[in-house]
Amino acid sequence: MKYAFFPGCVSRGGCPELYPAALEVSKRLGIELEEMVGASCTGAGVLQEKNQKLGDTLNARNFALAEKAGLPIMTICSTCQGVMSQAYKRLQDEGPAYLAEINSVLAEEGLEYKGTSEAKHLLWIIVEDVGIEKLRALVVRPLKGLKVAPFYGCYIVRPTKSLDFEEHPERQTSLETVIDALGAEVVDFPGKTRCCGFPILTINERNSVSMVANHTSDAKSLGADAMVTPCPLCHLNLDGYQPKASAMRHTKIDLPILHLPQLVGLAIGLDPKALGLSRHIIPTTRILSKIAVPA
Amino acid sequence: MTLQTTLRVSRFNPEEQRSYWQEYTLDVEPQYTVLDALIKIREYEDGSLGLRCSCRSSICGSCAIRINGHATLACKTKLRSLASGGRHVTVEPLGNLPIIKDLVVDMTSHWNKVMAVKPWLQPQGPEPEHEYIAPNETMLHLAGVMSCIMCGACVGDCTVLQVDPNFLGPAALAKAYRFVGDPRDAAGKERLKALNRYGGIWDCTRCYECVQACPKGVAPMERIMALRDKAIEVGFDNTYGARHTIAFGEILEHAGRLDELRLPIKTFGMFNFIQMLQLLPVGLRALMRGKMPPVFHKPIPKAENVRRIFKKMESKR
Repeated sequence: MKYAFFPGCVSRGGCPELYPAALEVSKRLGIELEEMVGASCTGAGVLQEKNQKLGDTLNARNFALAEKAGLPIMTICSTCQGVMSQAYKRLQDEGPAYLAEINSVLAEEGLEYKGTSEAKHLLWIIVEDVGIEKLRALVVRPLKGLKVAPFYGCYIVRPTKSLDFEEHPERQTSLETVIDALGAEVVDFPGKTRCCGFPILTINERNSVSMVANHTSDAKSLGADAMVTPCPLCHLNLDGYQPKASAMRHTKIDLPILHLPQLVGLAIGLDPKALGLSRHIIPTTRILSKIAVPA
Repeated sequence: MTLQTTLRVSRFNPEEQRSYWQEYTLDVEPQYTVLDALIKIREYEDGSLGLRCSCRSSICGSCAIRINGHATLACKTKLRSLASGGRHVTVEPLGNLPIIKDLVVDMTSHWNKVMAVKPWLQPQGPEPEHEYIAPNETMLHLAGVMSCIMCGACVGDCTVLQVDPNFLGPAALAKAYRFVGDPRDAAGKERLKALNRYGGIWDCTRCYECVQACPKGVAPMERIMALRDKAIEVGFDNTYGARHTIAFGEILEHAGRLDELRLPIKTFGMFNFIQMLQLLPVGLRALMRGKMPPVFHKPIPKAENVRRIFKKMESKR
């Protein structure tokens, strides 16, 4: 089980706690990683607003780099995953002329994308390749009594035609499956597949923060102790802007937001510090004491 | 062989202003749609159930509702195609619109927003003797958007409308694209100027809910992205939205990866003191937790390859 690791921009920028947590958890789960050197940003859907073909070329380049190493790609970001999945589908569906045109640009760098290498999020790898039974067996610190709300991030759930949900129906409930396997209780709520508001943060902050306020307070009112997300962009907003959301609603929401590898890491016995749990805006200490782990 | 299904229906009684859930269990034919089941309930079980429908063929757009939490046409959704094989189904009225009764919503705001984008052709010059002629290839990209049946499914699932009723919304914006993109229309710049305002094209979160919900393949969000591109192209490049898109491209072209510190600064403008002050508490909180993105941002190795791709693909446009 070896992957070309695509960490994405945010796990080394605004959410630096995610990168080491993902590496450590992957190692423990038996996922061998070779970090991609020279891979670019996917365009995050923003670049695609202006020039989709440019976005597809950059993603084809990333795919070609992984293909050269003979490996599929592992992502740790819902947005990276979705944008890559969409690019992958277009490169398959638009016909040979489209791929040939893109490959002619890649050729100047000595690269060619043959259409084999594909990207897969750590969440899907856990469910599909590691296997839930193996994950269960690795749990040494069951998250008993912890109520966790899932929050997917738009691009890992929509549009479904790019995400192979027909072939892999288990992807639609993968986050709940993982929460359950770790011994925690799933707090189901309608906001779990909605938008966190991050993409409009610099455009319409009021609307963006309203979304944070709705999701975090909905989950909280249903009894959630924490929320878990496979998307660092959602994390930036749900964690980083929760103080503003609290101020907007004149109440203290105080819902810790965990990255997927952090929740997995806690259950398989990793040190909270190594998982970067002290580097959150909303403190995570209360959930640690709930599962009897020293911070 | 018949199928036993239980429909959990969200009800609203306008006289008592009371909302409640009601369950109906009934035997249906295996090929039944959700609409078939709802009509059977109304005809044989409970005449008080309010629902709207007409053609039963995905043409009229009357029966858009939420099925298992997502907006779609009841007449286009086979019970068997749903999770649980159609044995348990949740049915609610469309979101983001006031409920009149049970599954019937008031679509006035939807129509008003469509009207606000002036959904008619505004050509220039003397009227031709016969019809307006447009080459086939200039109209092809409008075929998808012209399939819109105004059912409001996209409006019902729009995440921005949930927090801001002022947003024009996916249906109206897709309709706006239909005319901005029409080669016979001469009001493009004026239309884009209006769409460039608060509540317009830049308020969309790109969440794909509308693309997923649309039963006719209109893909409203993709039309909104095309409108953004056109707005920048004709010179409306000074909104935070436009500046964000442009800055994102510039940073990516230069470094091959995102620079989270410079992106908001480039979007707001270095000397936009009010915005910079508002960023301060967020930045300080992040700094205190060791979450600050690197001040000296390093480009990816061999970033010149990304620059070359940018140059090549931008010149092809």
